[in-house]
Amino acid sequence: MIEIPTTVIRSIEKHALETFPEECCGFLLGHVGEPRRVMEAREAKNVAKEDRSRRYVVDPLELLHADEEARAKGLELVGIYHSHPNHPAEPSDFDRSRAAGWYSYLILSVRDREPREFTAWRFDDSSGRFHSEEIVGRRNQP
Amino acid sequence: MPSVRILIPTPLRQYAGNRDAVEVNAETVREALAGLVSRYDQLRRHLYAEDGRLRNFVNVYVNEDDIRYLEKDTTSLKAGDIVSIIPSIAGGSFSLMDRLAAKRKDMISPAEIKRYSRHLILPEVGMAGQLKLKQSSALIIGAGGLGVPLAQYLSAAGVGRLGIVDFDVIDETNLQRQVLYGTKDVGRKKSEVAKERIAQINPNVDVQTYETRLTSENALDILKDFDVIVDGTDNFPTRYLVNDASVLLQKPNVYGSIFRFEGQASVFDARKGPCYRCLYAEPPPPGLVPSCAEGGVLGVLPGIIGSIQAIETIKLLLGKGDTLIGRLLVFDALRMKFRELKLRKNPDCPICGANPTIKELIDYEEFCGLRGPAEEVGEEFQLSVDSLKGKIDQGQAVVLLDVREPMEWEIAHLDRAVLMPVAQVPARVNELNTADEIVVYCKTGVRSGRITNFLRDLGFRKVKNLVGGIDEWAEKVEPEMPRY
Repeated sequence: MIEIPTTVIRSIEKHALETFPEECCGFLLGHVGEPRRVMEAREAKNVAKEDRSRRYVVDPLELLHADEEARAKGLELVGIYHSHPNHPAEPSDFDRSRAAGWYSYLILSVRDREPREFTAWRFDDSSGRFHSEEIVGRRNQP
Repeated sequence: MPSVRILIPTPLRQYAGNRDAVEVNAETVREALAGLVSRYDQLRRHLYAEDGRLRNFVNVYVNEDDIRYLEKDTTSLKAGDIVSIIPSIAGGSFSLMDRLAAKRKDMISPAEIKRYSRHLILPEVGMAGQLKLKQSSALIIGAGGLGVPLAQYLSAAGVGRLGIVDFDVIDETNLQRQVLYGTKDVGRKKSEVAKERIAQINPNVDVQTYETRLTSENALDILKDFDVIVDGTDNFPTRYLVNDASVLLQKPNVYGSIFRFEGQASVFDARKGPCYRCLYAEPPPPGLVPSCAEGGVLGVLPGIIGSIQAIETIKLLLGKGDTLIGRLLVFDALRMKFRELKLRKNPDCPICGANPTIKELIDYEEFCGLRGPAEEVGEEFQLSVDSLKGKIDQGQAVVLLDVREPMEWEIAHLDRAVLMPVAQVPARVNELNTADEIVVYCKTGVRSGRITNFLRDLGFRKVKNLVGGIDEWAEKVEPEMPRY
């Protein structure tokens, strides 16, 4: 289960609309545990060389800096978000080939510039499959 | 041994005693990581695959540099270096179904059904026809005036695989007619830009580019992988090469050509009709038929002829309609008339006739007379633009013979030159005096080179060729002169 404040969801939607029709991506900072708690989102740049409407790649250095920033704030990098323009919010074959069990993967589907379903997933290394993670919204930051 | 810090990414900290950094002593990255996993064994399976190599989504950086661009795991370390382990994050939205459907050539995906709906409701195409297109391939030779509409329409139509052969870069003069390219693309490789534009039009099309000149050495290898060959070239040696290769490989060759306001199109399939050699057994003497650069072309014309080639290609791939096999379509844009000439297979054709003598590819430059020794002008008959300027400034009497076409003369010509277009020289040679010092020039020095040799052979001793032509003169001597 993962807790995400509605303000964070709104900022992810905003980011996705800005990059539409290309996929957006970014980091989720918060605390691990059960449930995972997301405190804030941080935008990342999609550095995929080709086809950014169907692919996203995060620059490892950006990931490193996000990790450092998180640490400085006493938070951890708990997940990655990205958008699927005109496509359901389900992990694809490609997502599966690059996933690791470490992070929560959040996907926002955007259809014709309208944000739609928002889903969360954890990857099981041993089975090679994604399991859906329940999202619980929070009105306020604790 | 230097002491370095290894930064542990969040998800792995639980396997490293909850630490976000670990100090080790190591000379190289490999030693550092080995030190890390020997201390925290649980990290091993997260970092390394079964074959002992780092898992493909584990990046290692030394300070701000990815070790893949240094010496990989033998990268040496110095005291105070920071080694960061960073997971590679990537993904995408190509769902399983879409990906499978797009890659599978035996079905049309729902997204493709929407895209090609205007094809699917045509009785001559339908789902079966669209699938055929998806499963077929076409090679476009030349990404210029003819190649551009071909690239656009064949990719839009959903031909599964396209090849593009072109080694040239986009030049400003191309923009008048090669409408796939824009101002910002000048200087970039045609094959690269064409591939990008095709991906924008239709990402379902596989594009293979060949950035090379087509030669007798590579033609058969390249052509063999495609169902239909489409000739969008601009020179005779390549046309004969493409024809011969297509005949030898038994593939249809969709032909198109343009000149000024006229165009021609046909389909050569030696199994069913004539080939290019049946129509034109011999190439014209070099220099007789100018290129677009020399003769000019109305921009829209290759768009029309190339589109005709595209439609013929699609009909061939679908196996529908009457193609131009055995017919030469001639289009006169000025008079707005289409004519049709019947083409017959030449029974004595050296390559596709009953008793072929050509069984392999030949030297096409030689065939087209472009390798003859007459092409080279001897050193002592060459004159540089600087030398010519020197002579003129010193008041020496020189006859400047301009062998270009009247339209070129109108754009710019040398002061006090005499215009005598190439084709007219043999008839008008009596207007010249063998006693005069004559300097022959054209646009770049090629046509004038031939005329220089021609005049030399007739006994003119004091004739010289202006190296680089009026182009070089404009560049080095008269920069205000308009260039074309």
